[in-house]
Parts: sequence; C-alpha cells; structure tokens
Amino acid sequence: MAAVPQHVHLKYLVNGEEAPVSFAPYKTLLEVLREDLNLTGTKHGCELGECGACAVLVDGEPQLSCLVLGVECEGRHIETVEGLADGGTLHPLQAAFADFGAAQCGYCTPGILMTAKALLDKNPNVNRDQIKEAISGNLCRCTGYLQIFEAIEEAAKQMGAK
Amino acid sequence: MSLKVIGKSRRRVDGRSKVTGQTRFADDIVLPRMLHCRLLRSQHPHADILEINSEKAEKLPGVHLVLTGKDFPVPFGIMPVSQDEYPLANGRVRYVGDPIAAVIAKDEQTATAALDLVEVKFKVLKTISDPQEALQTSEPRIHEYGEHGNIHRIQSYEFGDVGEALAKADHVFDDVFFYEGNTHLPIEQHASVAAPDGEGKLTLWSSTQVPHYIHRALSRALQMPAAHIRVIACPNGGGFGGKCDLHNHEIVVSRAALKLGRPVKICLNREEVFYMHRGRHPVLMRMRTGVTKDGKLTGMHLQTLLDGGGYGSYGAASTFYTGVLQTVTYELPRYKFDACRAFTNKPPCGPKRGHGTPQPRFGQEVQLDKIAEKLKLDPAELRLNIVAKPNTLTANWLKIGTIGLAECIRQVVARSDWKNRFRKLPEGRGVGIACSSYLTGAGLPIYWNKMPHSGVQLLADRSGQITVFCGATEIGQGSDDVLAAMVAEVLGIDPYDIRCITGDTAITPVDLGSYSSRVTVMMGNAAIQAAEKLKAQIAEAAAEQLEVLPSQLLFSHGKVFHPESSNKSLSFREAVEFAEAKFGTLGAVGSYSPPRAPGRYKGAGVGPSPAYSYSACVVEVEVDKATGWLAVPKIWIAHDLGRAVNPVLARGQVEGSVYMGLAEALMEEQVFRRLPPKMSHALVHKIPSLLEYKSPTSLDMPEIDTILVEDPDPNCPFGAKEAGQGPLLPVMPAVANAIFDAVGVRIDEVPITPEKILRALELKAAGKNPRVGPERFPEVPYPPSTFVLPPWENGDGKETKRDDAVAVV
Amino acid sequence: MMRLPWFDYRAPRSVAEASKILAGEGPAAMLIAGGTDLLPNMKRRHQTPKVLVSLKGIEELKKISNGSGLNLGSGLTLAEVVHGKNIKEKYTALYQAAAQVATVHLRNMGTLGGNLCLDTRCTYYNQNHEWRKAIDFCLKKDGDICWVATASKRCVAVSSTDTAPAMIALDAKVRLEGPSGGREIPVETLYKNDGIDYLSRTPDEILTAVTIPGGWKSTYWKLRRRGAFDFPVLGVAVALKFSGKVIEDARIALGAAASRPFLVAKASDFLKGRTLSDEVIAEVSTLVANRAKPMDNTDMDLYWRKEVADDFAGYALRELRGDDMREIRLRIARHAL
Repeated sequence: MAAVPQHVHLKYLVNGEEAPVSFAPYKTLLEVLREDLNLTGTKHGCELGECGACAVLVDGEPQLSCLVLGVECEGRHIETVEGLADGGTLHPLQAAFADFGAAQCGYCTPGILMTAKALLDKNPNVNRDQIKEAISGNLCRCTGYLQIFEAIEEAAKQMGAK
Repeated sequence: MSLKVIGKSRRRVDGRSKVTGQTRFADDIVLPRMLHCRLLRSQHPHADILEINSEKAEKLPGVHLVLTGKDFPVPFGIMPVSQDEYPLANGRVRYVGDPIAAVIAKDEQTATAALDLVEVKFKVLKTISDPQEALQTSEPRIHEYGEHGNIHRIQSYEFGDVGEALAKADHVFDDVFFYEGNTHLPIEQHASVAAPDGEGKLTLWSSTQVPHYIHRALSRALQMPAAHIRVIACPNGGGFGGKCDLHNHEIVVSRAALKLGRPVKICLNREEVFYMHRGRHPVLMRMRTGVTKDGKLTGMHLQTLLDGGGYGSYGAASTFYTGVLQTVTYELPRYKFDACRAFTNKPPCGPKRGHGTPQPRFGQEVQLDKIAEKLKLDPAELRLNIVAKPNTLTANWLKIGTIGLAECIRQVVARSDWKNRFRKLPEGRGVGIACSSYLTGAGLPIYWNKMPHSGVQLLADRSGQITVFCGATEIGQGSDDVLAAMVAEVLGIDPYDIRCITGDTAITPVDLGSYSSRVTVMMGNAAIQAAEKLKAQIAEAAAEQLEVLPSQLLFSHGKVFHPESSNKSLSFREAVEFAEAKFGTLGAVGSYSPPRAPGRYKGAGVGPSPAYSYSACVVEVEVDKATGWLAVPKIWIAHDLGRAVNPVLARGQVEGSVYMGLAEALMEEQVFRRLPPKMSHALVHKIPSLLEYKSPTSLDMPEIDTILVEDPDPNCPFGAKEAGQGPLLPVMPAVANAIFDAVGVRIDEVPITPEKILRALELKAAGKNPRVGPERFPEVPYPPSTFVLPPWENGDGKETKRDDAVAVV
Repeated sequence: MMRLPWFDYRAPRSVAEASKILAGEGPAAMLIAGGTDLLPNMKRRHQTPKVLVSLKGIEELKKISNGSGLNLGSGLTLAEVVHGKNIKEKYTALYQAAAQVATVHLRNMGTLGGNLCLDTRCTYYNQNHEWRKAIDFCLKKDGDICWVATASKRCVAVSSTDTAPAMIALDAKVRLEGPSGGREIPVETLYKNDGIDYLSRTPDEILTAVTIPGGWKSTYWKLRRRGAFDFPVLGVAVALKFSGKVIEDARIALGAAASRPFLVAKASDFLKGRTLSDEVIAEVSTLVANRAKPMDNTDMDLYWRKEVADDFAGYALRELRGDDMREIRLRIARHAL
C-alpha cells in the first residue's frame, strides 16, 4: 500500500468556480463535495447507486456522485444544488419546488432538482411522461411524486416563458 | 371570522432552505476536531457474549476510543415498562445487527478498519424466528422480563358480551389475515453528532422525532443531570416513525464525546438503518364479526399476534394499537380484543405511520367487502350506513368528535364514478373501496405525568419581530409552517415574518415530539394560546393609544386597527412598541394538554385522542389473468382533516400517505432469511438495501385524485385535524378489494404480489376457494378479559365483573 | 457512509497501455469503466483490487460506427447507446435493453462493456460484508456453501445483464484485446454458466467493441418489480428475419434465467420457416419457458418467474408479429419503449 498516496491534489470546476481540493484518493465525488469542499447540500441515502439522493451534474449530465471517483473529476464541471440559484434569486425549479410542495423533508430534493435541471436544460418543453422517466432514478419517500411533477411542469413553463 | 393565513396554499416557511440545500440535517454538521464513530454489530441472531478484546483495535493508528457494554451499565427503552436495551450489548445479543462495540477514530475509514480488529467470543443460543415459534418455545427466553416464556405482552379486553352479540347476529364472518412487516425507509440515514461545550456540558444534534424523550433518556443513560444536556433535533430527512425511538448510537456518541472531550459523529449506513428498524409489526389476525342481514355490525372479536422482534421498543403501545381504534370508524355495539406480542430474534418493531392500526384496518376493510358481497350490498353504501356518529362514545369509551367520513365516502364514490364501475368493469379491471380513521395525537404521554404535552413561547420586541419557540420537530411534515401559520393568523401578521426556533431542549418549551399525528393539534393549540395572550397585551396598549376599547381592535395585514375609523390604526410594529413600553419586556407562553378521556379501566389510556381523522379511498386496478401482474392506474382519496392549515402541504401529506400505503400493499416487506438450521443458525434480514427493499419510483406511481374534506373540529386549532398518517390506512384494503372486483379472488395478506394473485386465480380455475392468505390462527394463551360495559349498556367506563354485567343486561 | 477501500488509480490513454498495466499488475488489478457495478461491490468488499485501471480516458473505446452493421465501442455509456443514431429503429432490442438498465443517472455513467461484463448477482452475495459474515459467507465469495442450492458445487448467481440477451439475439460479436492480440467471438460464447467464473474473457483481456449485424427485427422484454432501478428477474430478447410473413431466421435469448444469458436454440430453430400464428407462438413460448431455470436468489417468487416466462416470450413474439403490445408494455415496463 506504500505506493498509494494519502492525498491527491486536484482542481475541479464547481458551480462555475475553480475549486482546488485535496483528499484521500479512495473518496468518491460525494465524499469530496461534502467533506472536503463542505458542500453538504448534496445528500446520500445508500452510497451504492440505489436511491438518487446524491445526484449532481457532471459536465451537465446527472450522475450519482456516490459512484464517481473523486480522482476522475479533475477539470470537470460539477454542478450542485448550492450553485442552482442565481445569486439571491431562486432558479425557477427551486421556486416551483418550494411553492408546489415538491420538497417535504427536503432530503431527496437536491438530487431531484439537479436531475430536473439537466432535463429542462436540454428541453424545456417536457411532458409528464418525460418528467416521470427523468426522475425515476430519484427515490422520494414523502411526496408520492405528484407535486414534484407539477413543480417541474411549472418551472418548465416559467423557463419557456423567459 | 375570515382567515387570512389558515386555509391558503402557501410556500412553507422553511421551503427556501429545502430547495437551496441549506436545511442542515444531522449528517451535515461538521465541527472542529470532530471524530467519527462506527458500531460493531452482532453477526449472530441470538448469543451470549463471552469476551470482547479490543486491544488490537485500540492500537490501530487513528483510533481514539473503543467502547463496549461495560461502558454502559444502565438500560434504556422508550416505554417506562420496557427498559430492555443497552447502548452496547450487555452480555447478550438478540438480533443480527445488535450493537456490541463502538470505535471512535479520526475518520470513518479508520473506524471501519478497526471494527475488524475487535475480537468477540460468542456462545450461540437457539433462535426464534416468528411469533408462533415464540409461543411454542419458552426457553431460552430472549428477555427475562415480559409475561412468560417469549411473550412480551398478552392482554384481553371485552366491551359488552361479544359472545352473545355474535350468537344473535344474522351472519358471523370469521377471517384470518396477515400483514407483513415493513420499514420506514427514510432517505436520510440516522445521524448524530455529540459535542461537549466549553463548560463540559453535552449537546447532541440528532435526526430524531423526539428530542424531549432523548433528553430524558440521555440523562438516565449517562447518569448526568438533564440540565447539562441539550438535545437538538435537526430537521429530519423523513421520519415516518423510524426516528421516534431512542437509538443506541445517540447514547454511544454522547458518552464518547464526553470521554474524549471532542465532537463525535455517527451516520448509519443503509444496512444499519434496516437494523435500527422499529417499523411495522408483522401481525397475524383473526377477526370474527357479527352482522345483521341489512349490514349493521353487532359485535366483533379481534385477535392479534404481533412479531415484536428483539426488544420492547414501543411494542407495549403497538400491541394496544392493533385493536383500540377498531371502534371509531363504524358503529360497533360490542367489541372484544385480544392481543399478544412475542419476542423474536429480529430487529425490534415499533411505530410506523399508522402505528399498529393499518394491520387490523386491512382486515376489517377486506372483511367488510366480503360482508357486502355476501349480503349483496354495495360496499360503499354498507359503509355509509354504519359510519360512527359524531360526538359519541365508542364501545371502548373513546370520545369521538367530528366525523367527515360520510362526506369522504360520498366524494370518492362520486369522483371515481363508482356506481357505474363497481362490478361493471370488464374482467381484469376493478375498483375497490375502503375507509379508515386515525388519531390526532395520543391522549397520554409515553411516561406518566400531568404536565402539558406541548408548550409554545413567544418573543416579541420593539422591532416588531416575533420569534416562536417550541420543542416540536420538523420531519418534513411542515410543523414549522403550522407553528408560524397559527401565530400569524392570531396576530394578523405575515407568517414569513415569524422566526421559528424548534426542537431544541435548551431553548424551546417541551413538546413531546413528532409522532401520533399530535403536532398540529397540540402545538397548534399551545401556539394559539400563547399568541392570544400576547395579542391581548398588544391590544391593550394599542387601544390606549388609539383611544378605543381593546375588544374593538382587529389584527390583520400587519396592522392593529379599529375597523370603522380609518385614522385609528397602528402598524403591528408600532403596536408592539407601545406594548413593550407599557408592560416591559414582552413574552407569552401557551400550553396544551389533551382532554381527559372518559375510559376508567386499566388500559384505557391508549386510544383516546382530542380528535379522529377519517379517510375514504377508491383504488382502480388492472389484473393480467395470465400472469397475475397488477397495475394501479388511479387512486381517489378523500380525507377529513377538519381544516387544511396549508392546503398544498396537506395534500402532500395525503398523497405521501397514499404512496406509502400503496408501497405496503404491493411490494414493501421487511422479511428475514433463516438458513437451514442443520447447517447454520443464521437469521438475517433478507434484503437490507434500497435496491432490494422495494420503494416505488416515479414510474410506479398512479394518478391520485385528492379531496380534502373540511369539517372543523372544535378540539383542534382552527379545526385542523391530522393528515399525515390516516390516509395511508385505507389504501391496502382498497387494493385488495379492487382485485376481487377485477378477477374475483381474495388476497387476505399484505403485500399483494403478482405471484399471490396468480396462485389465487389458479385456485379459482381449479374450483377451489380462490383465496391466498393465512390458513389458521394459532392457539394463543390470552388471559381472561378485562370486562367493561359499553356506555349504552349502563357502563361507567370502569372494569366490571362479568357476572354483574350479565345481571345488568 | 459506505466507503471504498484504498486503491491505486491508473488512467491509461490507450487500450495497449491499459493492457500493459493489466499484465504488469496481474490479478491485483481490475478494470473500471463506468464504475456503477464495481464500486458498489468494492464498497461491500466483494472486490478489493489494489489497482484500478480506468478505461474512461481511452477515446478509442467510445467510437460508434455504421457499416455493414453497427460497431459500438465498449466505453460508450448506456445513455449514448440509447440515444445512438438509428439504434432504436434498427437494433430495437438493444435500445430497449439499454433503456431499461437501472436509472437515468446510472445509464449516464455505466458503459456497454460494463453491462456486458456485469458481475453475476445473488441476494446472498450482493450484501455488505457484515451481512455476509452473518451467514458465514457463500460459495461466490469467501465461503464454502451455495446457500441457494446447498448441494450445489457450482455457484448459481444469476446473470443480470440486460444488454447481453439483446446482443445474443441480434447475433452480435464482441472484440477482446489481450497482450497476445485480439479476437472476436459471438456474444453468447463470452459467458459461462458459472456464477463465479462467468466470463470466457481472460483476466488480461479488455472487451473493446461489439459488432452487431443489421437486418433483424427485434425486441426485448424485461421483467422486474419497479419501473426503474431493478435488475431483470427475466429478460427475453427475440430477433427475427422475415421473408414476407415467413420467418427466415430467428434468435431467441434469455437473460436472468441462469448464470449466463443464452440462446434458446431449439425455440429459435423451431421458428424458421414458420409464420407467427397463435399456435406457433404458444409452442415457441413453451420451448423458451422450459429453458428458464430461475433460482431463489433474486427478487420475486422463483416459481412465478418460471411460470410467466412463456407469457413474456409470447409478448415478444406477438410484438414482432405486429400486434399492438403498447398497453401491456406500458403496464410492465411503466414507460413506452
């Protein structure tokens, strides 16, 4: 094991800002975000890819940070819930989630918000079936999903209207 | 009175934090010099610990401390009658996953590595895997306390002569049902951080629904004055009852932090959350119900057998809850209820959403469907005809207030086009109906006392700000929003201008916690009382300034004013200033205790509630006859919640309940594997993972038509009853009843899976009884009943000698 | 939090370089592509490779080309396969299989090569180390007994790849590159019916590409509990070539019914020269179902899984006949495919 470094030093691009980070190389992106960058907005529910709570955007695509190696993210653009609002102005998805009851306990919310952002970034003209499909990898135990669908539809409307 | 805040759909007051990632859950807390804890858990389902050697673990670089049972001499338990757990095993382990030792290290990685170095010698004991086995196996006893053998609780209550009621009935229906256990599965795994402060006092942040009970328990477990302990309930990432108990790890990190003088954190992994459990008890039930030929109930004899798992937990209460609420939905003249909870070598069961009542509710509602079928009555009509009457007492002396159930039934019947669909849809498609009721807060606290169940304190100052303090715990249900709404409504201000400080035993008045659907009614009533007191002071000072009578003033839109003279108006801030000048520093408290229940017999304490909520549900199913594959395209649910405080949140509670109920109906099960006993004594959770314990995804969720029925209850704040548990209850039986409508088979157990449906269809094709479910109810040594006469048989709410009772009748 | 064990990480830029590292490190090294299968296994200590050789940075594995058939690099993510040009239309079974793997997120991460090489699964195996300790481990890892079939000398962990049965039905070939050169083999021969030693790939070989011939009309039906996340508990892939209504060539493959995905030769042969009448479909479905030997090591009741195998074969055949199966598909898959 002597050959394995105790720490690696890398640079990520997190929410549009350069983020130099130093961490133990066994860590996943989830651990680096939460523990080394103090971005605790990204949650975890299983760390095995079975719930979707840790979803973030890696180069614009929703991925599960619990199964992305930290060492593989050098130079990658990572987007987390902390970077979703525009300064003090909530992203339309955030506003709609808050207004439509889409966040009850709020624990699965960051992962769903980021997943929905990727969906709407690609195509704001989404229908209910596409929304259901897009967030089917994010378990929510509180809502029964319906208010989440409605919030994403509302955000899509707002974003289309812009 | 026109309401300005209550009843309007709004963004919840804590909504912005939740969507920006700023809500700080327990595992999000990071403190300087913080260490990390992991627990060594038993690999054996039942064993004596002969020896623990932690020397090697202690020597691993980065390890700071190893704790074992020796460090925790005092047992704990949430119920005073079940002090049967130790933070770390005290010589005996009772299920796979029972904590044995704790390692505290510089990081989780090191702590995990050290766990492998803790050496434990076990003497393996015989295991018990289910209640029937427990009844037959008196030795070894899993616990030395309890009734006898491996029976934890056993009891019997009879309200009026049920034998006679059944004998006089036109028909007696006798059914056996089984409800499999399942678990809460909050997406947030339990986490706790304990830290000593500068004075050596302890603070514990935890994902808990019951900071007050943790506070009491920690004081006992650590043998430390409660005044030196502060418990802060972080917002929970889902609770559902799973964070209602005291948990081993909460006590362990507290002890570790005090010993090391440093913050210590633990976050359970998903497998450990399954072991923590305290979820739905598996319950086998026998239900004998007498009915008249026109579908009136004459009496019911319910027998339940609960699989309790390895510890008491809330089990003493759960045992009662499998029976006590059977009486508040429909008119039931006589009722007998026998219950038994057995210990088994599995993670302990406890309260999950609906605590103990979904199981008998499933049985009763499926049985009612069978009754309607036999009597050739429409099951919706049958129910409408027997809905309990408002403002009455039940056979077991529960006081019912408002009942919106009839309206709920009418709503789901109308919206689902029931009359044109029931028994009229093409083969393979069907609709089913079921109803339910639930508590709005337990009438008694977990430990006996005469103090309030909820307290609220208000701070107001010259800035016009209002801060509300309450021990209630935000678990996602919106308790902070209810608190702000109540105070805002009374004071006529914007709820977003109110700061809520909740769930902190150092600075908030006691509230017993987020369980039994008690928060809205208890905290809400306390909040109104506090706000009314403050309002009176402000009104008095403002009236003096405006030269009117205090009673003439209105509080609305951030103003205090006389409605008929436009110049007699102050801003709320100005009014508070005058009040502070007149009375000195402002503050007000409110508290709430539920009304005393009329039952006077021993055991009458479980079941009473300030109010009961009611639900009716219609489920539509499609069954593929070749495979048994089941699809649920739509669910209609009407819930009588008295009044919706914030309809968007209320709807979310109802739909979330439907989600969880449907999941229990179709796929969730906390089940265990016992390996061939000749080869292994293993008894393990079959599927402790989020992949194999099935929670429905967005693609599995049907459309839901949610109807909020409002029949304000005078016992409740602005009439608001509960919405977070009751609507779960009718979903499972409605699914089962819909399947019967679709293909004519009965599945008398939960979950209802395609293989069971197919098996029943094959039985039907072979001309046999088209039913899948438990065959028989075992012999259970229930004791002689506590006999109580119902109110309408000249009862006085006390236990009566049966001979006397017969004489009276 | 579940954490990975310590490992050394290497990121070669070419297949040749990766091969060299693999050869140099021997069995202590493992390949990682998307990581969605390996990393959970490492967190549960099924595998604890000292060296991880990442294929992520190798551009040549991400190629997609159309010629006489379709050539897919093994490093393409499943999402890239799903959205690949013409794949839905011309290689429908592959599209339907890839689109039903796990979840959106995992398809953005997991690769085609990874899904083809997916570790076999078993409810006694896919558990944390602590859980496996409680059953004294099992034949597949660290133990002596197969708890699914205690008399079995062979591990019966189940092949759970969705794309492999589709590939087998489509008569695809995989390319394996090793230190002594490359070879191309039919996909069905990549697998062995052994839950432990389930691939014929040698440890120093890298699966680099898949070639699928065109001209098949194909479909894939997956059985699982939920509309997402779940691995198949039965997968039926059927590819047919028609001359008018007469079947010229047929390939039916089963997944999640043994430790390997396999071609059901008897059923495939039976179809040749026939038309898809109800009777033929019933007969073939029975032949297919006879080959399904589910074990009690996945979700859902094993007898039921066996019982519905013919129904699923029937769905596939009826769909290829042109029956409107959208409603049944929607009920089973929960989304249109």
